[in-house]
Amino acid sequence: MFSLDRWQEVFDTLRRNKLRTVLTAISVAWGILVMVVLLGLGRGLDNGLRFNFRREASNSIWMSAAKTSIPFQGYDVGRHLTFENRDFERAKAVAGVDHISGQYFIKGGQFGGGEMTIRHGVKANTFGVNAVHPDAIYLGATEMVAGRFLDAPDVALKRKSAVIGKPVARFLFGDDDPIGQWVDVASVPFQVVGVFGDEGGEEQERQIYIPVTTAQLAFNGSDRLGMLSITVGDADSVQAKAITKEIVAQLAERHQFSPDDPQAVRVHDNVEQYERFSKLFWIISFFVVIIGLGTLAAGVVGVSNIMMIAVKERTKEIGVRKALGATPWSIVMMITQEAVFLTGLAGLLGLSAGVGFLSLLDAANVSEFVKDPGIDLRVGIAATLGLIFAGALAGYFPARAAARVNPIHALRDQ
Amino acid sequence: MLRLSKVNKYYRVGTHSLHVLRDLDIDVADGEFVAIMGSSGSGKSTLLNILGILDDYDSGEYWLGDTLIRSLSESKAAHYRNRFIGFVFQSFNLLPFKTALENVALPLYYQGVTRRKRNVIAGEYLERVGLRDWADHTPAEMSGGQKQRVAIARALIGKPRLILADEPTGALDSETSQQIMSLLREIHETGITMLVVTHDPEVAARTDRLIRLKDGKVVDPNETAEAAASHPNLPVAVPERSLTAPAIPATAVAAEGRRRSMDEP
Ligand SMILES: Nc1ncnc2c1ncn2[C@@H]1O[C@H](COP(=O)(O)OP(=O)(O)O)[C@@H](O)[C@H]1O
Ligand SMILES: [Mg+2]
Repeated sequence: MFSLDRWQEVFDTLRRNKLRTVLTAISVAWGILVMVVLLGLGRGLDNGLRFNFRREASNSIWMSAAKTSIPFQGYDVGRHLTFENRDFERAKAVAGVDHISGQYFIKGGQFGGGEMTIRHGVKANTFGVNAVHPDAIYLGATEMVAGRFLDAPDVALKRKSAVIGKPVARFLFGDDDPIGQWVDVASVPFQVVGVFGDEGGEEQERQIYIPVTTAQLAFNGSDRLGMLSITVGDADSVQAKAITKEIVAQLAERHQFSPDDPQAVRVHDNVEQYERFSKLFWIISFFVVIIGLGTLAAGVVGVSNIMMIAVKERTKEIGVRKALGATPWSIVMMITQEAVFLTGLAGLLGLSAGVGFLSLLDAANVSEFVKDPGIDLRVGIAATLGLIFAGALAGYFPARAAARVNPIHALRDQ
Repeated sequence: MLRLSKVNKYYRVGTHSLHVLRDLDIDVADGEFVAIMGSSGSGKSTLLNILGILDDYDSGEYWLGDTLIRSLSESKAAHYRNRFIGFVFQSFNLLPFKTALENVALPLYYQGVTRRKRNVIAGEYLERVGLRDWADHTPAEMSGGQKQRVAIARALIGKPRLILADEPTGALDSETSQQIMSLLREIHETGITMLVVTHDPEVAARTDRLIRLKDGKVVDPNETAEAAASHPNLPVAVPERSLTAPAIPATAVAAEGRRRSMDEP
């Protein structure tokens, strides 16, 4: 279909019409450039969104015990609430809860993560201590780099296991292997079973995790929990809300506060937030694509127009070719191949320029909402195929016009 | 070679219909060299276009060899043009951006011959028309006569059985015209059937037979005298074997033409 010989014809024609070729190429290249940049920005926005949610799983919901704000069954407002291990067990059974962890706030308060002194030999420093269940690994962006995270036996047997962050390990052990070594958490010895990293950054890594039950025993926690955290799988925000509501209702029942109390349980719902941002960014991406496609379409129409004029100019040539035995098909292919080649080449130029621009943008680090702008290989391939299609589309009408050239009219001597 | 019987051709102009060819009967045997004359607008080009399958006709029959040429698909028509017919035009119709060699080679491109091969063959044909050294020149660098030679080489390269020339010398001076006619004669002698539309009696005189068109009809030999009387300067349709008829102007060239044709049988 795209015979090698016809390429020669195409090159001839394009060389002969340098200005037309260049103008057409620029219009297409520009269209593609704009589209690639917009697509890349769209992706950058998406990455930025994910990045900003990196500290907590986007399907996580965090419920911490707070103060009542509605009088209930004789209780006055302003009562401080605390959850218990029993609440964890009941919440765990709620349908839709994928992973769940309770957290005991060793140092009290509503947010946990209290800093405590961690010591190994002569080295000591304060790090955040989190007393959690094994599922806590699913709630953040925690990734094990050595050993293991807390497991069920740790909790059940109240073992003195500790999982420490990379900077903690580096500080306490230097280049030594920390696994199996002992550290003191406020004078209580724990054995290191794992080292973790966290995409959330250094702050998230300056932490250690210990079993919630061990902490309750060692630090006078009885069976109190300050917070319950869950993930809800693929649930959407409506489903997530229902799950939250059921857990809060259970808590309300056990701890005698109004299930409608807006403040008794502080809920941090990532599902809803993520969904809201996703929607916003989806809309932005949508417009980005529309604008990009529009620009590309304008380029295609431009090519088509210019080729149409070219066909008019070449009426005589086409007439001659037909008289010499050119079939309509060969004429169609000649024009189409020209359009495809021109669009394709210019498009690839635009594509490269666009990718180049995006990497500059990436290097410049413009905003935290745009991260790693770029287009992936699949988009690149799709764009290339799309370009060939666009070229064929651009060539279609001119080619049809060319095939319809009546040789008698074309050749009539004026 | 070709036969037209009762061919009619109309052009629709607005709401009117122009009857251009009227019940045309023409028979051309294999290897004939025929001139077609007639006043402007008499339908000569239309006839040639139909013979060249560039145009269709409205009624009647056109047989090219054993094939009835009628309402062919465009690609069929292209095939026949490519394989059986060579065209020569008044204004040459060379592609201006291609060299003489590439122009000559073009019909072979549409036959699917490889570039290398068709360039070799095109070189041979340029040689035949005496323009080997001009292979790499574009038409703009050539004289009218040279351009027409290139066009003739191009018409020949597809090894056609029929060459149709529409006023091939119309844009050339008389000396060059005679050279081109000599070339066409030479080619004709290789056995190719040739139809030449012309206004030039000297050109017509160098063919073997004259068909005269008037208002889309072949002028009957019986009307010859009448036609000759009304257009004393133009040659008239004469039967093949009477090319020596005194109605043909006795120019030197015409005389040469006569001598040639007398030698033939
Ligand atoms: N495409 C066309 N549409 C309408 N009329 C045409 C067309 N081509 C030719 N004619 C008319 O047909 C007649 C014959 O034209 P043509 O065959 O070109 O004559 P010639 O070549 O003998 O001068 C003329 O009257 C011309 O105006
Ligand atoms: Mg004419």
